[in-house]
Amino acid sequence: MIAAIAARGLSRILPGPVPTVLVEEIDLDFAPGSFTAITGPSGSGKSSLLYLLGLLDRPSAGEVLVEGAPTSQLDDDTRGDLRLERFGFVFQFHFLLPEFSVLDNVMLPMRELGQLSSAEMRARGEELLASLDMAEMARKLPGQLSGGQRQRTAIARALANDPRFILADEPTGALDTRNGRAVFAILRRLAEEGRTVIVVTHDEALAALTDRRIQLIDGRLAADARLQER
Amino acid sequence: MPLALDIARAHLLGRRRQSLVAILGVTLGVAFFIAMSAMMHGFQNYFRTQIVDSNPHIMITDEIRRPARQPLALLHPEAAVSVARVLPRDPVRGIANAGAILDALGRMRGLAAAPTLRGQLILRRAGRDYAVAALGIDPVLEARVTQLAGNLVAGSLDALTRQSNGVIIGRALAAKMGAGLGDTITGVATTGASAALRVVGLFSTGIETQDLGQVYLQLAREQALENRPLVVNEIDIRLDDITRSVAMAKEIEGRFGFKAAPWEETYSRILAVFLLQNIIMTTVTGAILVVAGFGIFNVISTVVLEKARDIAIMRSIGLSRRVIVRIFVIEGALVGSVGTMLGWLVAMAMAAGIARIPAPGATDPNETMRVAQSLDLYVVASLIAMAAAVGAAWLPARRAARTDPLAVIRGAT
Ligand SMILES: Nc1ncnc2c1ncn2[C@@H]1O[C@H](COP(=O)(O)OP(=O)(O)OP(=O)(O)O)[C@@H](O)[C@H]1O
Ligand SMILES: [Mg+2]
Repeated sequence: MIAAIAARGLSRILPGPVPTVLVEEIDLDFAPGSFTAITGPSGSGKSSLLYLLGLLDRPSAGEVLVEGAPTSQLDDDTRGDLRLERFGFVFQFHFLLPEFSVLDNVMLPMRELGQLSSAEMRARGEELLASLDMAEMARKLPGQLSGGQRQRTAIARALANDPRFILADEPTGALDTRNGRAVFAILRRLAEEGRTVIVVTHDEALAALTDRRIQLIDGRLAADARLQER
Repeated sequence: MPLALDIARAHLLGRRRQSLVAILGVTLGVAFFIAMSAMMHGFQNYFRTQIVDSNPHIMITDEIRRPARQPLALLHPEAAVSVARVLPRDPVRGIANAGAILDALGRMRGLAAAPTLRGQLILRRAGRDYAVAALGIDPVLEARVTQLAGNLVAGSLDALTRQSNGVIIGRALAAKMGAGLGDTITGVATTGASAALRVVGLFSTGIETQDLGQVYLQLAREQALENRPLVVNEIDIRLDDITRSVAMAKEIEGRFGFKAAPWEETYSRILAVFLLQNIIMTTVTGAILVVAGFGIFNVISTVVLEKARDIAIMRSIGLSRRVIVRIFVIEGALVGSVGTMLGWLVAMAMAAGIARIPAPGATDPNETMRVAQSLDLYVVASLIAMAAAVGAAWLPARRAARTDPLAVIRGAT
């Protein structure tokens, strides 16, 4: 089976008088529908790896394969189009546009992709919000939401274009335990729908809720454990 | 609504006060540009029609711009010969063959021509002397070429035709001399010849030098007074189409050899002043628009800084650099277009206000400032304003598109 996302000899080294190694020599395959946690101490390169896998950053060496296709030679616009169509990102900070309603924030990627009519976009946005228990919040502004609600809005936005891959960087970092667990439950559901979910977390308890745990230390792969076979 | 426009609008509404200041800057620039130009053009047009109506469109005078090639130069065509101050051989200055020239002009289409002999005259009345310019004219032809007939307030050109001793003088001069229609005035020429002249007409042009200092006689009478029988020293031409004045003047001068000056040449100094006025006005209002550009640059730069996170997330979602540039350029265009449209309204109001101000120095107290608004002015002002607005937005927009989204996302996480 072709991996949904794969890293081959992936390195990211910032040039300089003393080069900074963000990640080095990473080889990984992520199967379609898998739910993986990336863990490791602070500064170990978890975020850096996620940015490379999500085509947000370009490797210094090695290759990221998306459904078998190499991506390092693609231009910025093509990589942007790939992100728009196939990737959904959730960050620790929600990054919602403050002037737009919850629903409008969720519709933003759909509008950029431009494949649905506005009525269809609206319907899909409302459906996504409802599936995250956010139906009542659709008309509110991000400033009127709680932290957990904002993060769920960000997840809805990440799902806007029905992406095959969900990449989340500490999505629960700003949430309490209850809300954190709720977010992980959502991520698990997304994986069960067949999406490939990769989540960076330093919370061991939450990492235990995934299928596979990858540990980074100093930018290198230190452990790769399958917690439960599905 | 397109996504970029939607975001642009939201950004501006989020910075209401700064946006408003930027908009007002554009409004001011556009309004001043239009209103000031309209006022200036109104004045200039008025002046121009005054000149064009009250003066011959082309004036042929008994001057020759380039003296004939002199024998010395003809003898040595290769040599560097310069002969200065060539004097005409004919002591009686005047347009030779004036009759033939008038005949030829009479056969040309689109113009009317009238001969004049210009001389000096002393008018003597009740023991006082008045020095005036005497113009010997052909009343019938003159009526077709100049505004004299229209400027008559008493008497007629016909009366001058009938009365070989007739004279038409300015109403102002008549009042000064205490003379009226039918009175007799003695005219003494520089030759010493004199004649008893009968006032057959009074005119008023509103131009003081003419009303006080110019009188009209029959051409033959003036020729006799000057002792220059059959001589004419000026031929005035009126054109049907004044835009052809320069070309026609050139053609006429080429054909007859005498200097033929279009009105633009005679009034070149005033036209140069107009040009200077326009340059100054354009510079000043241009400066207002540049300042307006700073306002736009200011608000959009602020938004770009403030919205670094939004820009970063949009780029990470997959919006291209082009879309980011578009968002901020649209912001500039929005400020520019709203400001421009408000500017139109303010300009109309200003123009209406200016048109009510009494014209300074006008003889008629009801005369107000002239305002020439044209669609062209509105179009030009709008184009300049939009170019300034988009240009001012372009710089911060490019910076926004260049910022590295990862740096922002890293910093926020
Ligand atoms: N732009 C940069 N310039 C210099 N060093 C950087 C830069 N970005 C990251 N680093 C360094 O690279 C290393 C990896 O950073 P990264 O953010 O990937 O770590 P992380 O595992 O996500 O840490 P955390 O758990 O604290 O989020 C860190 O030591 C960090 O200081
Ligand atoms: Mg991190």
